[in-house]
Amino acid sequence: MKAAEMLEALQFEFIRNALLAGLLASVICGVVGTLVVVNRIVFLSGGIAHAAYGGIGLAFFMGWAYMPTTIAFALLAAMIMALVTVRARHSADTIIGVIWALGMATGVILLDLTPGYNVDLMSYLFGSILTVPPTDIHLMLGVGAAVCACVLYFYNDLLAMSYDEEFARIRGVPVTALYFFLIGMVALSVVVIIQVVGLILVIALLTIPPFIAEKHVSSLLGMMALSIVLGVFFSVSGLIAAYAFNLTSGATIILVAGSGFFLSLLIEYLKQRRFQRNSKMPGSGSAGRSRHTS
Amino acid sequence: MTPSPVIDIRDLYFAHNGQPILEGINLSVQAGDFVAMIGPNGGGKTTLLRLMLGLLQPLQGSIRVFGRPPGQVSHRIGYVPQNVHINTHFPVTVLDVVLMGLLKPGRRWARHGRRDRLAARRALERLEMEDAGNRRIGELSGGQRQRVFVARAIADDPEILFLDEPTANIDTRGQAGFYDLLRRLNQHTTIIVVSHDLLVLSTYVKSVACVNRRLHYHDQAEITADMLETLYPCAPHETCQVELLAHGLPHRVLKSHESR
Repeated sequence: MKAAEMLEALQFEFIRNALLAGLLASVICGVVGTLVVVNRIVFLSGGIAHAAYGGIGLAFFMGWAYMPTTIAFALLAAMIMALVTVRARHSADTIIGVIWALGMATGVILLDLTPGYNVDLMSYLFGSILTVPPTDIHLMLGVGAAVCACVLYFYNDLLAMSYDEEFARIRGVPVTALYFFLIGMVALSVVVIIQVVGLILVIALLTIPPFIAEKHVSSLLGMMALSIVLGVFFSVSGLIAAYAFNLTSGATIILVAGSGFFLSLLIEYLKQRRFQRNSKMPGSGSAGRSRHTS
Repeated sequence: MTPSPVIDIRDLYFAHNGQPILEGINLSVQAGDFVAMIGPNGGGKTTLLRLMLGLLQPLQGSIRVFGRPPGQVSHRIGYVPQNVHINTHFPVTVLDVVLMGLLKPGRRWARHGRRDRLAARRALERLEMEDAGNRRIGELSGGQRQRVFVARAIADDPEILFLDEPTANIDTRGQAGFYDLLRRLNQHTTIIVVSHDLLVLSTYVKSVACVNRRLHYHDQAEITADMLETLYPCAPHETCQVELLAHGLPHRVLKSHESR
């Protein structure tokens, strides 16, 4: 596709909104995802994202407002998960799995029971980034600003907790409160972004950019910044590819991000091999020399 | 009258899953002391350390550090954990790790004052690690990381320094230098070190606390036959003699039990 055609596409408001939504999702996911990855709560975050579907079912079934109901439901599920994981951070997989499945199933059943509502699970899974209404953009803008401000405000405490929880506790960092706060922030971010780009893309943007970024930076702040850049790159190039080849946008972005993920693994592997070969060099060289002298 | 102790433990009892770990612990540590907490694995010495740090709460009895519950005096104590291999992939520089030792409750925003940075650099210098400040913590060896963790613990000039098996990652030659450093720090700081290595310690420490469910405190490092007798539960004769043989270096040698 020519560049001129690309610029032409920018004239459409839905394209501009889609780009903006991808940008905002990348910022929120870059910041929150970094904390998710270094605190090893990827599985927990996936659990929250899926359990939140129960909130959507509840909203439609009861006829309540969509956003507040879903956020409240996701926060409730998140706090239960935080409660069971706060004592033993890495060993509560089972309970997370159960809440994950229960939330999702509740959502499906409630939507079944709602008369006249046609369930569209696909749009929850993959979102509809091309039909984002401006109100959702505003909501993401607000949540994004709040998340960035909170993370910068508590940055040193979050860093200390993520790196060495016990030491942070001894230094007087309110670790338990901060952990609940972090999980709550994950829940809020996830719900707001799912609405726009879908659950699968949220998990991809939450984990892939921070995972790639982690190896190339030496601070949490740098990891967040690089994650945002990578997220923006993935979503913009994904959107361009989706537009050019007429593909589902959310899935295309994920494929691009996934390719980036494996590419970074490959580069890492090649780098390591070269490093090993280089460090072997002097050894083999001296062995060769000794053979000559003898 | 002795001045009020910096650490005062009275009739402490602690259990885990119904299993008593510490019973009837009484201990008072005076300012300037250098205490070795020794005892067998599973004897409760690390648990007692965690109680003194406020990470665990006693089931009965009381612990006072500077006359207050341990959790409230966090800025006056330093702590060097045993495990230095946590989170080695974490994107954080050595200097940022040391700066964690200067965290104060209520200080916010992603920045550190110039005073804190200076204090962190000075702490690294004291451990001869000043050149590593900008390196990622994961690039260091276990022994270097141990030094960084000590720098983190002393960055805020603590009045009490707790160390849990600090020489586990340092080779024998490095250990002597390490304990010399502790001796220098001890001029201003009370030191409590958990170790199972009685003999290396005995040349440096001022007193010994033997922990094996119960605690026996000895206000001198000289390990006497009398002491061996009293600390029977925590240092069976065989153990002590094996350690003595294993080292075979000129130390303040334990009197053997039979020679009495």
